Amino acid sequence: MSGIRVLVGTRKGAFILTSDAKRQDWKVDGPHFAGWEIYHMKGSPVNPDRIYASQTSGWFGQIIQRSDDGGKTWQTPGSTPEELKSEGPMPKGESNKFVYDGIAGTHMWYDGTQHPWEFKRVWHLEPALDSPDHVYAGVEDAALFESRDGGKSWNELSGLRQHDTGPRWQPGAGGMCLHTILIDPKNQKRMFVAISAAGAFRTDDGGKTWKPINKGLVSNFMPNPTAEVGHCVHRIAFHPSKPGTLFMQKHWDVMRSNDGGDSWTEVSGNLPTDFGFPIDVHAHEPETIYVVPIKSDSEHYPPDGKLRVFRSRTGGNEWEELTKGLPQKDCYVNVLRDAMSVDSAYPCGIYFGTTGGQVYASADSGDSWNPIVRDLPAVLSVEVQTLK
Amino acid sequence: MIRVVLPHHLRTLARTSDEVEVDLNGTATIAAILDAIENKYPMLRGTIRDHVTRQRRPLVRFFACGEDISHESIDAPLPDRIADGTEPFFVMGAIAGG
Repeated sequence: MSGIRVLVGTRKGAFILTSDAKRQDWKVDGPHFAGWEIYHMKGSPVNPDRIYASQTSGWFGQIIQRSDDGGKTWQTPGSTPEELKSEGPMPKGESNKFVYDGIAGTHMWYDGTQHPWEFKRVWHLEPALDSPDHVYAGVEDAALFESRDGGKSWNELSGLRQHDTGPRWQPGAGGMCLHTILIDPKNQKRMFVAISAAGAFRTDDGGKTWKPINKGLVSNFMPNPTAEVGHCVHRIAFHPSKPGTLFMQKHWDVMRSNDGGDSWTEVSGNLPTDFGFPIDVHAHEPETIYVVPIKSDSEHYPPDGKLRVFRSRTGGNEWEELTKGLPQKDCYVNVLRDAMSVDSAYPCGIYFGTTGGQVYASADSGDSWNPIVRDLPAVLSVEVQTLK
Repeated sequence: MIRVVLPHHLRTLARTSDEVEVDLNGTATIAAILDAIENKYPMLRGTIRDHVTRQRRPLVRFFACGEDISHESIDAPLPDRIADGTEPFFVMGAIAGG
């Protein structure tokens, strides 16, 4: 292993944090795309120097950026003169063109009425496992898009949005976002996605058809707490060696599935609160998982002003608090759903970013923590690359 | 030659200086200027007006000769001082948010 690269998306730009294998001294590079919201960045597992970034703005819409040199330089895909050639009068420049397939339709609005599907932004980019040019995008309003040409053009996998439960999907406080995409490494036609507030879905045919996988979820804010859809799933995660075992941080409740999402059981156990956003899995221990408990859905900060990561080495139910190096008083930051990641070094490294602009790292599986950087803009996402 | 001033975020995206220049073949209109801008800087497609509807994005406005012309017809001829390059055409982002 030659080093670690941490990709940090913030409210006001992107930052790239790098370290050698010791993970003690860090270099901070950025801001890239200064002033823009960077919802997510992620590198290709096939070519780690291929990184995709979702750059977005309430004023100017969605931009997709791509780096082919590990984040040193960036381009909007499809911008070179050769790539822009078009038969029509206008050049192709469609890397930021996300258009729903067919009739967009409607979903449930906050007041219970139907509301048109409207594209707002890309929340999550998931590079595929087969080619660096193949990448998925989870967007708001919830849908899944795919690019097979390195982000130059995007097509919706509309079987998801057109599922017959679509009119019952509704936005959470952050919007109706598709924020999690998991690709089964043993069967790449099987994928899992999660949507706030619709729930989790699974495809077994590469995205053509989808099945809601929310049996066992209980959401007491809904008229029918066990409904097929409508659940505010904040995050799901699995270990690549056990893709049938899923972990979920729901709006309330930490959940676990042993059957690829067909059924779920609660594993919140002794957590001080089971509200939170991220959940992640240790790189080498498939039953070791991490969450950051947050006081409640109306108070988006840690209980008692103490920032604590909780670790379960038993796949849930039995949790231990991890506090060494983390602020244990007067701390009122949040950790958002895409802002936790792990490296695959030994011991496993755990990383998370806060809305206060800190990025914390643990090089010992969570036993102790140090801030890599303290004063970034609010952190929206953290992804880690373990470089060979 | 038409002079166009873009908002800061679009300048950085297009990697241009404060003011850009475009040449038009026909009458200077908002639509013609936007077509020319998007032709010269394809990465700006979708940022000033929606990719599909071609409508101005809600927090973007157009100014010519000190006047807000955001709600004028995009096919209406622009003032001579814009058409002859004496004054720039402004694309502005709303001063809002944080």
